[in-house]
Amino acid sequence: MTDLFSQLAAWLTSAGQWAGPEGIAQRLLEHVEYSLLSTLVAALIALPIGLFIGHTGRGAFLAINLSGFGRALPTVGIVTLVFLVSGLSMTPVYISLVALAIPAIVTNTYAGMAAVEADAKDAARGMGMTGLQSLWRVEIPLAAPLIMTGVRLATVQVIATATIAAYVSFGGLGRYIFDGLAQRDLTQVLGGAVLVAALAVAVDLILAGIHRILFRHRLT
Amino acid sequence: MIIEWGWLTTHTDDLLALTLDHLATAVPAVLLGLLIALPLAVVAHRVRPLRGLLLGISNIMFTVPSLALFVLLLPITGLTRTTAIAGLTVYTLVVLLRNTVEGLDSVPAKVREASLAMGTGRLGTLLKVEFPLALPVIMAGVRVASVMTISLVSVASYIGYGGIGQLFTDGFQRSFPTPVLAGVVLTLLLALAADAVLVLVQWLCTPWMRKGARA
Repeated sequence: MTDLFSQLAAWLTSAGQWAGPEGIAQRLLEHVEYSLLSTLVAALIALPIGLFIGHTGRGAFLAINLSGFGRALPTVGIVTLVFLVSGLSMTPVYISLVALAIPAIVTNTYAGMAAVEADAKDAARGMGMTGLQSLWRVEIPLAAPLIMTGVRLATVQVIATATIAAYVSFGGLGRYIFDGLAQRDLTQVLGGAVLVAALAVAVDLILAGIHRILFRHRLT
Repeated sequence: MIIEWGWLTTHTDDLLALTLDHLATAVPAVLLGLLIALPLAVVAHRVRPLRGLLLGISNIMFTVPSLALFVLLLPITGLTRTTAIAGLTVYTLVVLLRNTVEGLDSVPAKVREASLAMGTGRLGTLLKVEFPLALPVIMAGVRVASVMTISLVSVASYIGYGGIGQLFTDGFQRSFPTPVLAGVVLTLLLALAADAVLVLVQWLCTPWMRKGARA
């Protein structure tokens, strides 16, 4: 066991491992690219849905149950299915990562909007705001912390799952896990896993920091 | 034509066997997770400094890619079902631990003090007062953990215990989408069924929560 850890340390710290087109730096960049793009697309789809459901109160059942549905969706199955239907491209990876991220964002956005007090909305209406003005200037600002929590949750999940890009022959940190498996090189598998976990934790901490700075004047 | 319906009708026995195999991995994983999470949650709830540490560790474990975790366990437990169960248990901990701690938090201090004052010991208070009151929040965690575990089992097909997930590998290798689609749908149905069972269990365990029941 100690032997494995010293090998892992050597693998993670060797300069040769980090450089080049197949080096850790490049794989890390690919991983971040896949994850960011997927989360961004998911947010573009999920935020309007969550805001609409939260603002109108219509489809609340969908918003609450969507997260359960998303959790039950087996990512490996989705990737395989889209891959077999659409052929070899990044499409299967992006589709499954976006599908993974949408439920968390929709559910949290809805939860944030639902938690906005009716009094605040009544006051906005009483001041002569239209529904859209109330949404932009009262409801969204009040719901922002929970909306951001949803995006943060989704991002971490996507980073941990973006390893599947390597399953259909693309890059990212998953490359080390799948190559290591094929070559029966445990150090490489372990190295890949450590890097993915470190990236997810680092991004989570950064987003938590941004969250704290943005909402520092809030009571809760 | 993406789906060959004929394949489905000739393979119902296989699908049933894989579903049972799926449950044989998922159910012990969640139960084991509960067995570990409950005492840990009590510690995290009682000892404040340990709380952040325990929740933090379970959060970090959650970010380790599941496939890598299975591979990591291989040298210890080998190509056995134990490896699959142990790996999945780790992922249930993050939800179960957080929800149990939150559930215990939600028990009003006055209720606890009243129980202690009436001479119910500390353990008795925990088992007879705190856990029952925390049950709705704990069960919410169990439901999330179960659904998540059922979907994650398929990753264990790399070590041969993927249950329904074997259909993904099978379809991928043969470029045959039908079993893959069947596997996705079957996983969703199984998760839905498990969730319904747990809702029923919760309803049976918390008679005081039902409409019309006297508090």
